[in-house]
Amino acid sequence: MIALGQRLVQVCVLVAILALWQFATTNGRINPLLLPSLPVVTTEFLGMLRTGAFWPDLRVTLYELVVAFALASTGGCLVGFLVARSGFTIRVFDPIIAGLYSVPTILMFPLYVLIFGIESGSKIALGATVAFFPVALSTISGLAYVDPILVAAARSMGASTTQMFWNVMLPAAFPAIIAGLRLGLVIAFLSILGTETLASIAGLGHEIVSFGESMETAKMFACIGFAILLALALNSTASFVEAKVRRGLE
Amino acid sequence: MITIECEKVSKSFGPRGSPHRTVALDNASIDIERGELLCFIGPSGCGKSTLLNIIAGLAEPTSGEVLIDGTPVNGPLPRKIAFVFQESALFPWRTVIDNVKLGLAFQQVPKGERDDRASEALQAVGLADFANHYPRQLSGGMKQRVQLARALCLGTDILLMDEPFAALDEQTRMVMGEDLSVLLARTGKTIVFVTHSLVEAVFLADRVAVFTARPGRIKTVLSVDEEHPRKQSFMKSAKLAEMRNELYDLLHDEVRKTMELRGEAGESGARAQSRGLRR
Repeated sequence: MIALGQRLVQVCVLVAILALWQFATTNGRINPLLLPSLPVVTTEFLGMLRTGAFWPDLRVTLYELVVAFALASTGGCLVGFLVARSGFTIRVFDPIIAGLYSVPTILMFPLYVLIFGIESGSKIALGATVAFFPVALSTISGLAYVDPILVAAARSMGASTTQMFWNVMLPAAFPAIIAGLRLGLVIAFLSILGTETLASIAGLGHEIVSFGESMETAKMFACIGFAILLALALNSTASFVEAKVRRGLE
Repeated sequence: MITIECEKVSKSFGPRGSPHRTVALDNASIDIERGELLCFIGPSGCGKSTLLNIIAGLAEPTSGEVLIDGTPVNGPLPRKIAFVFQESALFPWRTVIDNVKLGLAFQQVPKGERDDRASEALQAVGLADFANHYPRQLSGGMKQRVQLARALCLGTDILLMDEPFAALDEQTRMVMGEDLSVLLARTGKTIVFVTHSLVEAVFLADRVAVFTARPGRIKTVLSVDEEHPRKQSFMKSAKLAEMRNELYDLLHDEVRKTMELRGEAGESGARAQSRGLRR
């Protein structure tokens, strides 16, 4: 009952925003070039959906995201695991990785374009770079702060190094690692969309900018709609996978 | 027959030669007979838990050594020694039965045998109905009983317990103590038990080793001559009261010393700080 009430309020807020949009765009309150009306955007959106015009750019963005996230999660987990193997390596490398994380990586983008080209390469490289840090840092903290009592208990029962890793370290560090992976996915997505708007030849971000520049704001908003749907889909997929793996470990 | 020999075991913490180096344990020697229940009792920080960890192979002595059945300890001996920890050392992501089975899995016991031994151990501690619960769903006393089951099902000759009832209320620990006495009378294991409770020590132990204040030494060893399993009547007996009083006298001065040591440290620390402020 309470859950139903919550849903109802959420739907009302959404409807209110859309109603406000509609109200603002009727009778010339706002220049339709800056904010086209809801029906116009919806028509554009459905038109793109029907013709499949959205697909080539969405595919580029998705491809970049998948490759970037795969690189970042593999690299981040691996580096995190290696660093967390001893107190010495943690004390040496954890501050270095944390320090690099605070560098605004977007400043590397012009260089990445020169190295990896204006196509997908530079977007993948930047997405992978920014997503690497939260994954590595959360893997380190997850593995480094496993309750020493649990480690001692497993040791006293005769756990080998491998058994210790799979039965104690990994499940204990899992919530931290998964949080890092989710954060990595989100910022990889954001930075890929962002860099597509800076210098690119394809992708959702590229489309949004080029429609904006040619004053086709209705098409631009339709593309933003696709970006929002993609973000929602990513988020629910991540939740689903997280719940699945968590159950597998229990 | 002697099964555990501690020979002049010392343990210091902190870097060598530093003023912060503390001697937790100073030349502790004791021989523990097969099948006896020995209690370590002493003021906080006297090194009794440290000695237990060293016997278990979970910590290394600075000097001296521990022999189990004549062989020096240099690491955990999962086939000989099981350990029950003070805090809940259960794996929160595993059910009760899976927690109990884990040690057997580590030692590559066949799967069918694992199930049987784990169920049997849970039955022995009266928690058969909670096999599929998670640790967070249990009370403190139940969690410690699961730990006990996990240790028992390993079938070791030696059981080490580090203040297993410390976090429990007095009534629960009273009942746990009685149950433990019954359980142990049956298994015939060698048990070393660390406690802060004078009554618990006398009620459970065959011998009580009294530690001095830091640096911890073994001051005396008292014998409690009473058959296991021990009954309620022993709890109320004059003999227990008398031994408790004897322990009280032995410990009283040591506990004072510990507190004075701490008080002094606190004062000099405060003085150093105020000096720093004035400058």
